[in-house]
Amino acid sequence: MNETVTQEAQNSLSSNPETSTPYAMQGIQLKIGYSQKTIIPEMSVRIPRGAITSIIGPNGCGKSTLLKGLARIIPVQSGTVLLEGKPMKDMPTKMIARQLALLPQGPEAPAGLSVRELVSFGRYPYQKGFGTLSKKDREIVEEAMRATRTDMLADRAVDQLSGGQRQRAWIAMALAQDTPIILLDEPTTYLDMAHQLEILELLQRLNREKKKTIALVIHDLNLAARFSDYLIAMKDGEILHEGTAEQIMTPSVLRDVFSLDALVEQDPWTNKPTMISYRLLKDENQSK
Amino acid sequence: MQTSTKKTVFFLVISLIAVCIAAILSVFLGSTDISWQTVLSALFSPDLSDHQQIAILELRLPRTIGDLLVGAGLAGAGAMMQGMTRNPLADSGLLGINAGASFGLAICLAFLSNVSFGLTIIVSFIGAAISVFLVFGLLMMKRRKLDASRLVLAGLAVSMFLTALTQGISILTNTGQSLTFWSAGGTAGIRMDQLKIAAPVMIVALVCGILLSRQVSLLSLGDEAAQGLGLNLNRSKLFCLLVVLVLAGTSTALAGPVSFVGLLVPHIVSRFVGSRYEAIIPASMVCGSLLMVLADLVARTLNAPSETPVGLIFALIGVPAFIIISRKEGDNEA
Repeated sequence: MNETVTQEAQNSLSSNPETSTPYAMQGIQLKIGYSQKTIIPEMSVRIPRGAITSIIGPNGCGKSTLLKGLARIIPVQSGTVLLEGKPMKDMPTKMIARQLALLPQGPEAPAGLSVRELVSFGRYPYQKGFGTLSKKDREIVEEAMRATRTDMLADRAVDQLSGGQRQRAWIAMALAQDTPIILLDEPTTYLDMAHQLEILELLQRLNREKKKTIALVIHDLNLAARFSDYLIAMKDGEILHEGTAEQIMTPSVLRDVFSLDALVEQDPWTNKPTMISYRLLKDENQSK
Repeated sequence: MQTSTKKTVFFLVISLIAVCIAAILSVFLGSTDISWQTVLSALFSPDLSDHQQIAILELRLPRTIGDLLVGAGLAGAGAMMQGMTRNPLADSGLLGINAGASFGLAICLAFLSNVSFGLTIIVSFIGAAISVFLVFGLLMMKRRKLDASRLVLAGLAVSMFLTALTQGISILTNTGQSLTFWSAGGTAGIRMDQLKIAAPVMIVALVCGILLSRQVSLLSLGDEAAQGLGLNLNRSKLFCLLVVLVLAGTSTALAGPVSFVGLLVPHIVSRFVGSRYEAIIPASMVCGSLLMVLADLVARTLNAPSETPVGLIFALIGVPAFIIISRKEGDNEA
């Protein structure tokens, strides 16, 4: 994002943290890792509100770790995560779950659990005590299944579905959480190309029609460029570059981040930059 | 949702009725023939000079109550373990509870001669608790995370260690025979004074288990998904493990290592009530009681007046059922 927006964000943050920063989430000087191993030494990151943000980078660069840190799955060792301008540390985890839904990487439902049962778990953050679904809860569950086109699978067992259907069922659960923000950890991994596209179009529809802020970790750069409003390119636990697809899908950024020699053109169908071909940078490879 | 809730309620009502019938049968039937009039008067206007009535009150009644509690405890604990660890073949044995309770009992038999039954179950329970804490200690040593595959390894290591100690103690002190009798598993030895300690504890733990069942359901979706839905992961797992410890530890202290109830019952009930632990846990408790009462009835009438160890009966049903379950799981993977 450009300087003025950042400035504006900081101003509004200091004057009135309740009202709109342009960022749904912010990480300030985050240090994230597991007890002995720090994966992200220090990072500040912003997830713009109402946009689709893709986190890209080579394997092991800390993409998923960042996402899990933002989603409070891994405790942040130092620094602050702001959720709608408020420090997440001070919020009860169930309250966070009303603002932030997470789709973990390669989720697995217990054998025999039906799609509707899975999606119903999305209402957990709103339930008290023993938790029976209210009429409103049930409506939200049905609506979440319609929006993800899993309503016709409602009574099928999740573990018996195809990969794409299963992923849609899990997205429906996140949707039933009725949160303004959805984080997804590699939602397209292990899917074939058509199903990858289907998931991303679904996310795009949720972003446009339901005004969801979406942040995801994704490996396919062309899909990331095509569907994201904002890209964050990471390497070795740091953000190297961030910006729009046009700013990130350039040969120089791809060289920095992935050590790739890439040929980037404009996709005539989507008008987005797309990688036509790529090869490993020979020199870089040998020096390593 | 509504239909599955209805199905669950229907299943629970039917199995509760079945448990009541089985429990009544279990008081009325036994290795010696006692007329039903004598049983009724023993229950409602006991005459303590009649040795048959004393047998009802001192032997059959505590045994039946023991069956109910132990069956519910082991099956409930097994269901919770399976949900928490997302491992369909898990039960409380994974926490080393059986080995720990044996260890406690071996110490009682070897070093504390003439201890009361009440004290024996307390020491066995302490043995089970020690084992659970050792498993925990091993888990927490490196990473502060309760991860299911590491739990299996830690449980196995602690079980083997405590079993070795138990065998060492029983060989050195020549108490192996009494220990073997206990290891066969069974509720024949349960007396009222044991139940006075164990029953309230078990009932509280059973209620806690049902209250935690929704959290177990969330845990069965996986750690990250559960956290994402707003579950406090470590607190939930800790509470669940404590309840499992109390249920399985007390059951094992009362009845010895009765295997397969915790493993099998949750699988059987999930055929009827679905995959949500809000349904599986209470249904497992009820069906665990049912299975235990029935198996014990078989145990004492099959070869009367001799007892057939109930552990043997479960192993005979359990092993084939275990193979069928693991084959089914394999099919699902493919």
